[in-house]
Amino acid sequence: MSTLEIRDLHVTVDEADGSTKEILRGVDLTIASGEVHAVMGPNGSGKSTLAYSIAGHPKYTVTGGSVTLDGEDVLAMSVDERARAGMFLAMQYPVEVPGVTVSNFLRTAKTAIDGEAPKLRTWVKDVKQAMDDLKMDPSFAERNVNEHFSGGEKKRHEILQMELLKPKFAILDETDSGLDVDALKVVSEGVNRALANVNPGVLLITHYTRILRYIKPQFVHVFVDGRVAEQGGPELADALEESGYDRFLARA
Amino acid sequence: MTDTVSDTQTTELTGPAELEGMGNYRYGWADSDVAGSSARRGLSEEVVRDISAKKDEPEWMLALRLKALKLFGRKPMPNWGSDLTGIDFDNIKYFVRSTEKQATSWDELPADIKSTYDRLGIPEAEKQRLIAGVAAQYESEVVYHQIREDLEEKGVIFVDTDTGLREHEELFKEYFGTVIPVGDNKFASLNTAVWSGGSFIYVPKGVHVDIPLQAYFRINTENMGQFERTLIIADEGSYVHYVEGCTAPIYQSDSLHSAVVEIVVKKNARVRYTTIQNWSNNVYNLVTKRATAAEGATMEWVDGNIGSKVTMKYPAIYLMGEHAKGETLSIAMAGAGQHQDAGAKMVHAAPHTASSIVSKSIARGGGRTSYRGLIQVLEGAHHSASTVRCDALLVDTISRSDTYPYNDIREDDVVMGHEATVSKVSDDQLFYLMSRGMAEDEAMAMIVRGFIEPVARELPMEYALELNRLIELQMEGAVG
Repeated sequence: MSTLEIRDLHVTVDEADGSTKEILRGVDLTIASGEVHAVMGPNGSGKSTLAYSIAGHPKYTVTGGSVTLDGEDVLAMSVDERARAGMFLAMQYPVEVPGVTVSNFLRTAKTAIDGEAPKLRTWVKDVKQAMDDLKMDPSFAERNVNEHFSGGEKKRHEILQMELLKPKFAILDETDSGLDVDALKVVSEGVNRALANVNPGVLLITHYTRILRYIKPQFVHVFVDGRVAEQGGPELADALEESGYDRFLARA
Repeated sequence: MTDTVSDTQTTELTGPAELEGMGNYRYGWADSDVAGSSARRGLSEEVVRDISAKKDEPEWMLALRLKALKLFGRKPMPNWGSDLTGIDFDNIKYFVRSTEKQATSWDELPADIKSTYDRLGIPEAEKQRLIAGVAAQYESEVVYHQIREDLEEKGVIFVDTDTGLREHEELFKEYFGTVIPVGDNKFASLNTAVWSGGSFIYVPKGVHVDIPLQAYFRINTENMGQFERTLIIADEGSYVHYVEGCTAPIYQSDSLHSAVVEIVVKKNARVRYTTIQNWSNNVYNLVTKRATAAEGATMEWVDGNIGSKVTMKYPAIYLMGEHAKGETLSIAMAGAGQHQDAGAKMVHAAPHTASSIVSKSIARGGGRTSYRGLIQVLEGAHHSASTVRCDALLVDTISRSDTYPYNDIREDDVVMGHEATVSKVSDDQLFYLMSRGMAEDEAMAMIVRGFIEPVARELPMEYALELNRLIELQMEGAVG
């Protein structure tokens, strides 16, 4: 059983004009293993900033607050240390890595996370199974990472990594965006499989309620203007479905 | 194949003073300098006559050497490319003999030479039968030479160049200096005057050598110039892949490596020549490589430049017959204090000839890479096609990359393509890989390996692995 605690998190970014802008203005969230927390909010509310700040992207500067994983200071760790501590971020726009095959990338990542190379025979089987489950063609393993991937393929590839790397906490940054219904189902099933098999805590960042039909959150947080404006159970998502973000925006 | 390097061995063979100067360079140890201590420095007619006499050469070769020496004196230093002012021709040993006679088997090699090669992994490679024969050049003389019996039965000649001259003089004389004339350039003249060692290969008509012929070269004496000379003749319809690799230990003062490689690819034959040079970064590596391709012939250069202080190397292919093809794949990596000025030259001298150049360069730590290429389409070489692709990767903001493409087209009906890109390793790429658990230098190495993959996949397996390890070593401490 693990706990990820985010306390009063403040984050700024440097703008192109040289000014500094505060994006996160005191975020509090506590996630335990096996829990699914949906973070919902309008565009520009800071949802993705929250995801990338927790993962340690150099573009974001934490100016206050804390993030701890079972009491360990996550913010003091480098990006790779965070990953090895059990954090995972499924990215909305993962970058291309030319000349590096998916299979090489997955094996290198698995070796880095586990601290030892996976047993070849079981690893090959695991990868094949996971790809099969996500309805990915076996030839996918020999393609270069994210190069010429469609939007749907990128998302499947991110969830494939989540299933294989078995993190303690997974942040899914708008994994539903740009997916058609069939692809959304396949990807959601992947997340649900990971939940059943590895029991991670999941922070599900989304703009729409659509994905919540397939991945059931126990907690819903409405994110407005860099902080949590309201939280509740799944019923909060239903309310958002009906009335949108307007009432939160008006209040803020 | 470099995993045999062990710390205990290194301390036994190398004094603390040498160790201090080695830095991170993997092969930066040196065996005791017994062979080179007595050799003379500087170049004169006497030195050239002495080299020729010691080798017991025919008169025509001595005459050629002396002619070359005169031309070397007259030719100007190149006033383009890299800075060569650091070369002191008077402070170089032009001939060093490391053992008196050639060994014919591994066991006969002197112990310290054997340990040098053990650490380079040659026996492993041989055990795995990945190589067809090993011509390992220790200092100026080839000391170890073995050729598989089935090759000999097919009439394939694979010997060091001195032996080639001695035992196959007629063949040798017919081709030596025909692809790269004695006065081609200052460094080709120098090589012709003082050459020693290298490989001589003849593949008879229709013979396919199906495993790569491989040779290792090493400089092991302070200030020693290594002037090996390689001559490959692929007769009609034959095929051979020759693999050359270089590593050198680090010394305090500068070394010069100036080789000449001549290749004759006859009608419908195919030759591939693969090199990865990893000279220690005090070496001036000034090499002239050229091939002629006859009708229907194919010549391929696969050229990796990882080490050296300065490299100037532009493997050339003269497409002399109709439907001849030339291909150059090149990788260059430059770190602190290094300048890799590398590229390719393609001369289309016949109709329906095709050439392709792919160049990948990586600069880091303030290093500099330059792509310098020439495409020449002579009058009458109609329906020729040429494509050039050069990509440069900058690992940081203090390094430099330049592209100097030259085209000289004297025929109308020609298809030309040129693409050049310069990219920088992005924060987002590093972040992505690090967020999957990889340390920063590991992530950087993966990006660099991916960048050169289109060329690396053309390398023999053990070379590709060695290259990957070299990149990892180069990336250690390259980031931050």
